[in-house]
Amino acid sequence: MIRPVTLVKPVLFVAALVPVGLLANGLVNGNLGVNPAETLQVETGIWALRFLFASLAITPLRRLFGWNRLVQYRRMLGLFAFFYASLHLLTYIVLDRYFDLSGIVEDIAERPFITFGMLAFALMIPLALTSTKGWIRRLGRKWQLLHRLVYFSAIAASLHFVWKVKVAIGEPVYYAAILAVLLGFRVVWRFRPAAASKRGRPAVPSRQVTTPGNHG
Amino acid sequence: MIIKTRRRSDVRPSDITDEAVYLRRREFMGLAGGLALAAAGPLVGACGADLMSAGPAGGLLEGQSPLNDVKPRVVATDEKQNTFEEIASYNNFYEFGTGKGDPARYAGRLKTSPWKVKIDGHCAKPAEYLLEDLIKPFELEERIYRLRCVEAWSMVIPWVGIPLSSILKRAEPLAKATFVRFTTLLRPSEMPGQNDSVLEWPYREGLRMDEAMHPLTIVAVGLYGKTLLNQNGAPLRLVVPWKYGFKSIKSIVRIEFVDRMPDTSWAMQNPSWYGFYSNVNPNVNPVRWDQRRERRLPGLFQNHPTQMFNGYGDQVASMYANLDLKRYY
Repeated sequence: MIRPVTLVKPVLFVAALVPVGLLANGLVNGNLGVNPAETLQVETGIWALRFLFASLAITPLRRLFGWNRLVQYRRMLGLFAFFYASLHLLTYIVLDRYFDLSGIVEDIAERPFITFGMLAFALMIPLALTSTKGWIRRLGRKWQLLHRLVYFSAIAASLHFVWKVKVAIGEPVYYAAILAVLLGFRVVWRFRPAAASKRGRPAVPSRQVTTPGNHG
Repeated sequence: MIIKTRRRSDVRPSDITDEAVYLRRREFMGLAGGLALAAAGPLVGACGADLMSAGPAGGLLEGQSPLNDVKPRVVATDEKQNTFEEIASYNNFYEFGTGKGDPARYAGRLKTSPWKVKIDGHCAKPAEYLLEDLIKPFELEERIYRLRCVEAWSMVIPWVGIPLSSILKRAEPLAKATFVRFTTLLRPSEMPGQNDSVLEWPYREGLRMDEAMHPLTIVAVGLYGKTLLNQNGAPLRLVVPWKYGFKSIKSIVRIEFVDRMPDTSWAMQNPSWYGFYSNVNPNVNPVRWDQRRERRLPGLFQNHPTQMFNGYGDQVASMYANLDLKRYY
């Protein structure tokens, strides 16, 4: 018999495909509004950011509430962030730039919001590539170090969003604030280890040292 | 003056939907005449009848009145026109919010009647007019113009309006009037976006005197043969087809003759992105947008080459013969 908890992953997987399904349906049926290209671009971008933030929320949730099980969904969330970011980039390359490579290069060089969007995406590539069990094993401790790139990717993505709009109010600012909170936890925990909940996994080496013999 | 019919290689000559909208409009205007719809009225002078009673028959939306006595179409482009629904549902009108759907959602609460327009500054006959008095002496014309937004999308819109020059001449501008300043209504209770400090309210725009007097520059009071909906800038707005859309200021309450280049809202907000002139120009690409290509809505691809002066260069380029357009963008 299947335990309910084993269903979470497939349900989450299907749910994560709903936004792209709705967009595809809207595109086919012509109900993405007067500027369908913009709808596709905005929606894929915002979902990339949402999944990225969801993956960044796992660690704080574990430490604050001891929900350690959540960690098993983190890779999927991160890969969906990469999936939506890829679609977002594709809307730019195909719909905006119409495969004009020199125009793309120019944008990256001259338009900061595109520079940062590209940076956010580029930083996600090694993370997606090394997300397999084999790479995790092969890289060992270096894997964790490498995957800290996600912080920089998220910061670049937020700047991309804020700089994209003509006037920085509303959504882009709210998202930047959420990211500040998510990263803020890490900063606090790094410099004030005691602030970390004891229910989570051991947070920092200094605590592990006080419990001799618990790791090798 | 004659406005040239322009041909583009990518024009699709027929468009059933738009033609149908046209036919309905004509049919309605015929009807309107029969129903003594001179009442359309504030705009054509007569008054009295209840305009909205004609709504169901004419397919008018709430807040709309038919416009009759419109001069035959003055064709400035033969490209495919956008549908009324497209024009009325995708708008930049930050007084009602920054989303493209916000104006259609929130503009309904704005009361546009009665509406006064003050014309003052350096002129011999400054005055404050009721909208109907401002428009009454002039014949309404249909002008089908391309509208090019600075955000690199464009539409084709059949405006109804009168040349701005007609209105300006009546005020008898003095020689020292070298620029014209326009101001939008400031009424935060009915324009919720004005409660956010997105821009410095009220919205303001300006034109050089020769640009303001140019025959292509109109004050629009309608589109597709009916009065403007609020989200399109009711009850009167500027249309300057060779400039980016934000120059075409909406819901105007004041027109002022001045002797120096006036401050304009977007240039005040971000001078490196927006200039005073803001002529459509594929060769000037400020930091935010690449203007070489545009997306003709509702098309998917941004692959429509942007035309210098939005394609109106043969009529307006001479005004800028001595201006470095890269510097004065």
